[in-house]
Amino acid sequence: MKIMHILKLIFKNAFRHKLRTFLTILGVTIAILAFGLLRTVISAWYAGVEASSASRLVTRNAVSLIFPLPLSYKEKIRQVEGVKRVSYGTWFGGVYIDEKNFFANYAVEPKVYLEMYPEIVIPGGQMAAFLRDRKAAVAGRKLVERFRWKIGDVVILKGTIFPGEWDFVIRGIYKGRDQTVDESAFFFHWDYLNEALKKAGRTWAGQVGWYMIEVTDPYIAADVSLRIDKMFKNSIAETLTETEKAFQLGFISMSQAIVVAIQLVSFVIVFIIMAVVANTMAMTARERIGEYAIFKTLGFKAVHISGLILGESLIITMTGASLGIVLTFPAAKIFSKELSQFFPIFNVEQETIIIDIIAALVVACVAAVFPAWRAVNIRIADGLRRIG
Amino acid sequence: MESSKPIVEVRNLYKSYRRGNQVLPVLNDISLDIDEGEFLALMGPSGSGKTTLLNLIAGIDRADSGTVKIGGVDITALSETELAGWRAMNVGFIFQFYNLIPVLTAFGNVELPLLLTGLSKNERKTHVEMCLSVVNLADRMDHYPGQLSGGQQQRVAIARAIVTDPAILVADEPTGDLDRVSAEEILTLMERLVHELGKTIIMVTHDPRAAQKAHIIMHLDKGELNHENHAHPQADF
Repeated sequence: MKIMHILKLIFKNAFRHKLRTFLTILGVTIAILAFGLLRTVISAWYAGVEASSASRLVTRNAVSLIFPLPLSYKEKIRQVEGVKRVSYGTWFGGVYIDEKNFFANYAVEPKVYLEMYPEIVIPGGQMAAFLRDRKAAVAGRKLVERFRWKIGDVVILKGTIFPGEWDFVIRGIYKGRDQTVDESAFFFHWDYLNEALKKAGRTWAGQVGWYMIEVTDPYIAADVSLRIDKMFKNSIAETLTETEKAFQLGFISMSQAIVVAIQLVSFVIVFIIMAVVANTMAMTARERIGEYAIFKTLGFKAVHISGLILGESLIITMTGASLGIVLTFPAAKIFSKELSQFFPIFNVEQETIIIDIIAALVVACVAAVFPAWRAVNIRIADGLRRIG
Repeated sequence: MESSKPIVEVRNLYKSYRRGNQVLPVLNDISLDIDEGEFLALMGPSGSGKTTLLNLIAGIDRADSGTVKIGGVDITALSETELAGWRAMNVGFIFQFYNLIPVLTAFGNVELPLLLTGLSKNERKTHVEMCLSVVNLADRMDHYPGQLSGGQQQRVAIARAIVTDPAILVADEPTGDLDRVSAEEILTLMERLVHELGKTIIMVTHDPRAAQKAHIIMHLDKGELNHENHAHPQADF
């Protein structure tokens, strides 16, 4: 068989019913776009997990994350074999002007904590300024753009866990080393928070939300975790130490039902579009059953007839899928902008594109199976009777 | 007409169709020989089994029993795949409704059977152009079927039928959808194929005037070939 002739014929066949083909392509485009965006939402959900480092551990109160740990644990943890450095942080939960302006804000030990995150890139001068000023804060690039802040601006957050109005001076703007880094967080000095809590005589004074630990070798992370937790066994605040990845997964598990629902919906979309393409291909094959009989009469074999039908299904589906994939990027950009407070990292991953392509190929092949089977198995004499 | 060895040998052919639980016999113990270079017309009332017999000879349907030998090859013993390959090289088809592929030009339609051969692009082009010249449509090779009249479409179909140079042409009501003038042109062309190119043509027709162009007329009725007539090849249409 001359492949170019067959490709030309397949292409011409695919666009014989222009409106029907256009509508089917449109359907596939929308479905692949929706599928791609939903997969990106799932990826965004797991973005924190993906960005986790294998050499970082998180130690928190064994009862729950909402219970603190004494600051005194820091030195003890640092002496554990395999620990390279230790820092700490507390979830502040401040609100900027209104609750709808949600963003993550943390009180951290400024120097070591940020050093443990090499993926957070702060220009040298800004880092020095941040470290010098107790009221200083660094904010992510996206957060700064969202609220149009600039270096030197005073930002006031209303405390929800720690009541009152807390003013900060923006001394640095960080960027992510790559696109997997959340650029919408806000960090400030833990000391600033602690001093205010001490003055107010609050129970959280001298307490931290969690310890961030860097181990000397990722392979000993499990041993180090066990040693730390063993050390604080039967203490006033028992600890639970896990890898940063497991810690992040713990958050996701709380919303696992939503993730599963989104996954299900994304696969339902694939099934729907499979039905749409299969319907188009079934109609096409039914209309052309006489032509397939002619091809068979002329000596074309089952493989040729199946190839014509599969090729047509592939052209229609892959055209729609290509458009859907191309449109996923600008659509994700719009989503990212509009939903930045919920999904700080909203990037279309290569894996999503691969799943898009695989889904489209599966749809095209499945949609072609029944029409091809019918065209191949119909008796020539019966097929020829359909003409005229 | 000088007698030569039979190119078609049909022996004890039976064919029936099943409709629900009912078995409808269509061909009942048919035997016939057709010599090379013959122009045979098969006549008979609707439902008499003419097209079924034609389909069995052309290898596009299977008999219940009996044998069909074409050029010495027992096509009833071939598998579907072997039969497809055999048809591509040995039989040319001419249908009542032309059965051209609407998205292909006249050239593309005629070239179609050659795509299954090992011919190069230039060789295919030469063959197609020659066949379109034979049917007087060299100037319409870039036209799509929708841009051609019924007679012209049938001539394209004839060019497609002869492009692989098959020994046998089967024609099922080739003039059934044409006006009188176009029908005459097609029949004249078929006569030329027999006389000038030595093709063997088996034509199913309802039209006695079309049948008069054939060398032999056979009548099929109730599944039986009940008599045989020699036509007058030069009779007026």
